[in-house]
Amino acid sequence: MINIILGILSTIGALSILFASIGLIRMPDFYLRLSVTVKASTLGVGLFLICAAIMFPDDISVTTKAIAIIFFLIITAPVAAHMIARTAYITGTPLWKETVIDELHGMYNQETHELKSDPEDAQEDNDEQTDSANGQIADNEEATQ
Amino acid sequence: MIKYFLMNLLLSFIWVALTGSLSYSNFIFGLLLGFFVLWIMSRNEYDQRYFYRVPKIISFLLYFIWEMIKANLQVAYDVMTPKYFFRPGVVRFPLSAKTDLEINVLSTFISLTPGTLILDVSEDKKALYIHVMYLNDPEIFINSLKMGVERRLMEVLR
Repeated sequence: MINIILGILSTIGALSILFASIGLIRMPDFYLRLSVTVKASTLGVGLFLICAAIMFPDDISVTTKAIAIIFFLIITAPVAAHMIARTAYITGTPLWKETVIDELHGMYNQETHELKSDPEDAQEDNDEQTDSANGQIADNEEATQ
Repeated sequence: MIKYFLMNLLLSFIWVALTGSLSYSNFIFGLLLGFFVLWIMSRNEYDQRYFYRVPKIISFLLYFIWEMIKANLQVAYDVMTPKYFFRPGVVRFPLSAKTDLEINVLSTFISLTPGTLILDVSEDKKALYIHVMYLNDPEIFINSLKMGVERRLMEVLR
């Protein structure tokens, strides 16, 4: 009975890691690659750890270690994905050409990277910035002349 | 709340000590037994939140695992077939979660379901920007997220 459960769980884990690695090659842009990889690998590694915990029922230290590793994996993996995705967006990694909408476009303050929640607010802010930047360029040109 | 949890833990340790086998199935059985005993004991008490909250946490975890399996199957199907079915997009999701803990837990759960990825949280903590793989209609997506994960999470955390 336990062997059947172990077999099912570890097969699902291995398959999800396999699909993640195929997805890493096949996906068309960076964000989709990140989106496929992070979750599937978390699920796969988590299932393997659960298998290890079931495999040694008499040894409680294996179980506690497995639970601790799964806990930290679940806490840290989304944070890492979030930071990588944010950095990619700020440095201007392009989205796929068939992307439907991009509501994040123009919401960052271009100098401080501060993110607004209200679209109109962000629009005004960026307009002001570009105006002032243009003004500075004009001033500089005048100065050089 | 905390008091009941500690009492529950204490009862399960007593159960493990009395039965004399420290295996995790025995520990979980002791935990269940302690929960049941506490529930019967404190029927006349004023504070019943612990006994409502624990079933909700368990049902939330089951719901989350179910969602994760469903989304994983969809992504796996899309990866293996030659044609692309997804319509990616970046969506602005207005938060009704207020404190840092709620936003943290909510974004962790959104990030862990395949197909959605948190890009950033706005500075005033009012909106999340989510990269979605299967976006047919932004309104429907935001509503399903609000009714599904966020509502259940708020029930657990508040």
